[in-house]
Amino acid sequence: MNPMPFDVQLLNALSALLLLLAFAMLSQRRIVTLVSLLAVQGVLLLAATLLLAWRTGETHLYFSAALTLGLKVIFLPWVLYRLIRRLGVYWDSEPLINIPGTMLIGLLIVVFAFGLAQPISELASTATRSAIGIAVAVILLSFLMMITRRKAMSQVVGFLSMENGLFFGAMSATYGMPMIVELGVALDVLVAMLVLGVFFFQIREQFDSLDLHHLESLKEKR
Amino acid sequence: MAWLTQILEVLAALVAAPLFLGWVNKCRAWLQNRSAPSLLQPYRGIRKLFFKDAVIAENASPLFRLAPYVVFGAMVLAAAIIPSMGTRLPFSSAADAIALVGLLATARVFQSLAAMDVGTAFGSLGARREMMIGFLAEPALLMVIFVASLISATTALPVISERLAVQSVGLYPSLAFTAVAFTMVLLAENARIPVDNPATHLELTMIHEAMLLEYSARHLALMEWAAALKLFNYACIGFALFVPWGVSTTATGPAGLLFAIPLLAAKLAVAGVGLALIETLSAKLRVFRAPEFLATAFLLAVLGLLVRLLLGS
Repeated sequence: MNPMPFDVQLLNALSALLLLLAFAMLSQRRIVTLVSLLAVQGVLLLAATLLLAWRTGETHLYFSAALTLGLKVIFLPWVLYRLIRRLGVYWDSEPLINIPGTMLIGLLIVVFAFGLAQPISELASTATRSAIGIAVAVILLSFLMMITRRKAMSQVVGFLSMENGLFFGAMSATYGMPMIVELGVALDVLVAMLVLGVFFFQIREQFDSLDLHHLESLKEKR
Repeated sequence: MAWLTQILEVLAALVAAPLFLGWVNKCRAWLQNRSAPSLLQPYRGIRKLFFKDAVIAENASPLFRLAPYVVFGAMVLAAAIIPSMGTRLPFSSAADAIALVGLLATARVFQSLAAMDVGTAFGSLGARREMMIGFLAEPALLMVIFVASLISATTALPVISERLAVQSVGLYPSLAFTAVAFTMVLLAENARIPVDNPATHLELTMIHEAMLLEYSARHLALMEWAAALKLFNYACIGFALFVPWGVSTTATGPAGLLFAIPLLAAKLAVAGVGLALIETLSAKLRVFRAPEFLATAFLLAVLGLLVRLLLGS
């Protein structure tokens, strides 16, 4: 047993929880709970950022923590909750692959991601380099979630969780992206969210449901 | 000294297992606002059954009579291997943690075979469901054990327990995940509520009870005692892996054993309350949701393993 410093242990625990949360999202059928999980993911990210900022003394990490708090913990979940209530979509229909199957695929993805991140984390010199694998896994798991879900709402949650994974990856590899990039990404996500919100209404108006399978047929069946 | 620990441990398991079951039932009754049965109720049930005359179906094969003894014997042997009080056990060198899982599987196979033996519909229904749950729970249990043995670099349960007890205190997400996974396996394997309801005799939902329908008298008594022992054994495996502190080792000597007995009682009391709490708070799953429940357990255990490999924590 090599005793690690306590803050590194805490960071590791946080990243392990992020991984667990990605699986919880993958297995969740209720959309409201999915959004709550996204908010919790934001909180974990915030905690990890603050801890890292305190540990390294990098001031720009405090800014990105504030950005995380405002955008990912408060604003986006709030918008999503409102959208859910306005659209009345509370449940996702059965995903394309059943849930235990998805989880097993998810496990394979995690193994793949850990293997993928191994050489990168050897190059990195940060204290949190071992968490890069987890960040890659979170990104790929969110991707899997976007693939297997049918409803537009859960796909958007998958998209946002993927962004969270990217943010966590950047943080653990190089202690965060430059401020300008971070602001740009945050703005992008914000705008994407707003545009998608409008899209939801358009899709529903056209097809009377948010199931994206209707988008696959090219011609209208009239 | 080692033999004393060994004998004491087996005796304690035999005596305390029905008591532990009684305690869980009592906590459940309290939490559900029912008047609680006596703590000694399981003993009374077993005693009553031992004094009855056994009725055995005409077409039952010798396997049917043999099964209760095999199941009971396997559980007693398992109790001898698991370090519940001390880690110096002469028996435990005979089998490591993986063999222990095999031992539990042997008991399950015999129980299921005996249930199918008489040929009633309920018996075979229960046996099939038990085998389904078993084949899903076993990999999860093995994974839990692999995580613990990865950390302690051995598969012998007493050594695992000893090494986990002395490691530096810290946050171990891998152990936390596996602890949750182990709890889920424990619930599934011992026919507790999210998977099976031990208190029901409603034919279509029961699993464990359906297998015991054809048994009576001393055979039934042994089967029920074995079920209580199984719960006790699982609880003790959990203690050995996740709260290993306080068991007597070579370093502590006979005084350690004196200290270990009340500590085990305290752990069991807390575990009983926790078990009753889980069972009260959760609803029984449909049988077809059980694979999902156990897949989650397996997933958590594997995540524990991966997190351990990647983060080293």
